[in-house]
Amino acid sequence: MASWFSSPAEARERLAGVGYLAGDGVATPVFLAAALGKPLLAEGPAGVGKTQLAKAVAAVTGAELIRLQCYEGLDEARALYEWNYKKQLLRIQASGGQGWDETHDDIFSEEFLLERPLLRAIRRAEPTVLLIDEIDKADVEVEGLLLEILSDYQVTIPELGTITAVTRPYVVLTSNATRELSEALKRRCLYLHLDYPSPERERDIVLAQVPGIEAALAEKLARTVAALRALELKKSPSIAETVDWARTLLALGSADLDERTTAGTLGVVLKHASDQARAAKELGLAAG
Amino acid sequence: MGLLERHAAFVRALRAAGMPVSVAEGLDAARAIGVVDLAERETLREAYAATLVKRPAHRPAFDALFDLWFPPVTGAASAVPPREDGPDAASADVPELRRRLAGFVVDGAAAAGDPEFTRFVRAMVERFGRQPAGPGRQAWFSYSVLRALSPGTLMAGMLGDVLGGQERGGMAEKVARRRLEDGLAAFEDAVASDVRRRIAEDSGIEKIARAAVKPPPDQVDFLRVTKADLAALRREVYPLARRLATRLTMKHKLGRRGRLDFRRTVRASLGTGGVPLATPMRPRRPHKPELVVLCDASDSVSAFSHFTLLLTYALREQFAKVRAFAFVDTVDEITRFFAPGADVVDAITRMTREADITRFGRSDYGRAFERFAEKYGDAIGPKTSLLILGDARSNYQPPALATLKRLAGEARHAYWLNPEPRAQWDTGDSVATPYGGVVEMIECRNLTQLAAFIEDL
Repeated sequence: MASWFSSPAEARERLAGVGYLAGDGVATPVFLAAALGKPLLAEGPAGVGKTQLAKAVAAVTGAELIRLQCYEGLDEARALYEWNYKKQLLRIQASGGQGWDETHDDIFSEEFLLERPLLRAIRRAEPTVLLIDEIDKADVEVEGLLLEILSDYQVTIPELGTITAVTRPYVVLTSNATRELSEALKRRCLYLHLDYPSPERERDIVLAQVPGIEAALAEKLARTVAALRALELKKSPSIAETVDWARTLLALGSADLDERTTAGTLGVVLKHASDQARAAKELGLAAG
Repeated sequence: MGLLERHAAFVRALRAAGMPVSVAEGLDAARAIGVVDLAERETLREAYAATLVKRPAHRPAFDALFDLWFPPVTGAASAVPPREDGPDAASADVPELRRRLAGFVVDGAAAAGDPEFTRFVRAMVERFGRQPAGPGRQAWFSYSVLRALSPGTLMAGMLGDVLGGQERGGMAEKVARRRLEDGLAAFEDAVASDVRRRIAEDSGIEKIARAAVKPPPDQVDFLRVTKADLAALRREVYPLARRLATRLTMKHKLGRRGRLDFRRTVRASLGTGGVPLATPMRPRRPHKPELVVLCDASDSVSAFSHFTLLLTYALREQFAKVRAFAFVDTVDEITRFFAPGADVVDAITRMTREADITRFGRSDYGRAFERFAEKYGDAIGPKTSLLILGDARSNYQPPALATLKRLAGEARHAYWLNPEPRAQWDTGDSVATPYGGVVEMIECRNLTQLAAFIEDL
């Protein structure tokens, strides 16, 4: 496998170059996934940058990003490959007097194969980042389907035989942990638990993502969000929401985050009525 | 100990602490340490974590063990020249040390990984943590360090420093307080970790390893929860409820029998030239039990019953209707406190304050069942599942078995969740077996057991 990163420190530097600020806990698994040629499973709450990580890796290495979005009911035909049956039917009708054996060999060839994301990632010769997004949303059977690809980087198609990857793709799986993934899948992956960042890192993220914001305001924002996350909320604010909040404040022209501004813009980060009420009480904001 | 032996022993210790580390994962870890720079301790830690720890709940235990097996180099930190602005940490008086600690916390030194802070923690443990333990032996304790410096009492002064001239009581104070609390907790953790390192040096790693590891939240015994555990448990309620709900819906969908879904069959047949090879079935109508929860709210089991109540309410969508009742020695309906969208902590405080459940303050199961049958007997019907939460310790009062039997007979199912270990049933004033003869009694000591029960419901 081509070397993607030479060390964790280098991985961190290059990711920072495209605006993805990674700590030790992120840079090391990202480096190892390439060095050991193993898929990377990123798990964590919504909105902490799991999908963004895959995009950042693709961006810094110049690889193409192939994305498989998982959902309930996703099956082999849409994830892996499908035979183009319409074309096959036409071929059979057009064959006329040709013998069945020849036709049979003919219609199960490359020409009639429809590539889906997984097969495409395996067959590409150029560097590829394969993102399997929200694997926890797919049914358990899909995990079984992935096992062969994730451990051996190959796909077996009964009519064609086994297709092995020419260049191993860099695989990132993401999960919101709405269900426990199977042990077999976890065992084949490197595990990265992405959590809410420390206030210092979040400040840096805000500064990087929202140009024109004052450092002092970003600092205050990050601290306030950290205080909100410490409350027992139904849904803690995500990084994306912090960034939205920063943009909101900037658009409103608020230079400071005081009680009044916070109470007025709390809806940007907290999206349950009970969470807002609780935050207002704990932070001593006037209701509303 | 060579690197390979240390690696093998570390993996063994992780397994002993209850982490499922397979042989393949151990090999992956060994491969990973082959490609990273071993001198970078944090990189090594993350390399191990990425290959071996696949559940966030196991991470704290992993970190504690990692610190023991791969301790930081003590020489590096002490090589930093001492600060100029005062006497050495070994000789300075306590007020000066407290001032210095406050400075570290206000600057957020622990989060920034300041070597000066690490050095300070080591010096403090060196100076205050040593206690004689028998002739020629010494032991290390973190509480003596914390007692000497009493970091908890620094808060007021630090808040004053941080806030400057701003008014007190507002949002700024709340946010600052949060940050300082985190800083103090980081100091306490650093002290505890250094103490563990010293004990390990004195008496061997294996000895301390077992004591150093706390069980993950889903294994914590309900009857032994501390306040911090309880907060951690409450935090688990919504993720757990969400996971359970997904699994319950999935179970409902996995029906192979039932009525044919005509539309989907025809749609699927288009892919096979009009031949219906796949014949999907209509999803079965989900079975939604009505749930009546009757829970012991006395102090001995309060943590358990509160938590279980919260979980059933978080799972409200899985049940057609939930009604909850609490008792100590008389019974009251508490459904109203758990309205949809209500705040978790509020609901519990209001329940303990407003619900009429106590007369003499000692649990009396027999009386509670009698009163329940009398006042709320109509809550139980042929579609109801009755769920009783409690330790069946009735202070030697008559158990009212006949009433319970009648209630259980009217319900579709009846279960009793007991947070006590099975070995303690029937000891002292427990009437577990007589009650267990009437209503199926299930041991439910931690989150894992509770989740397993709900799934089977």
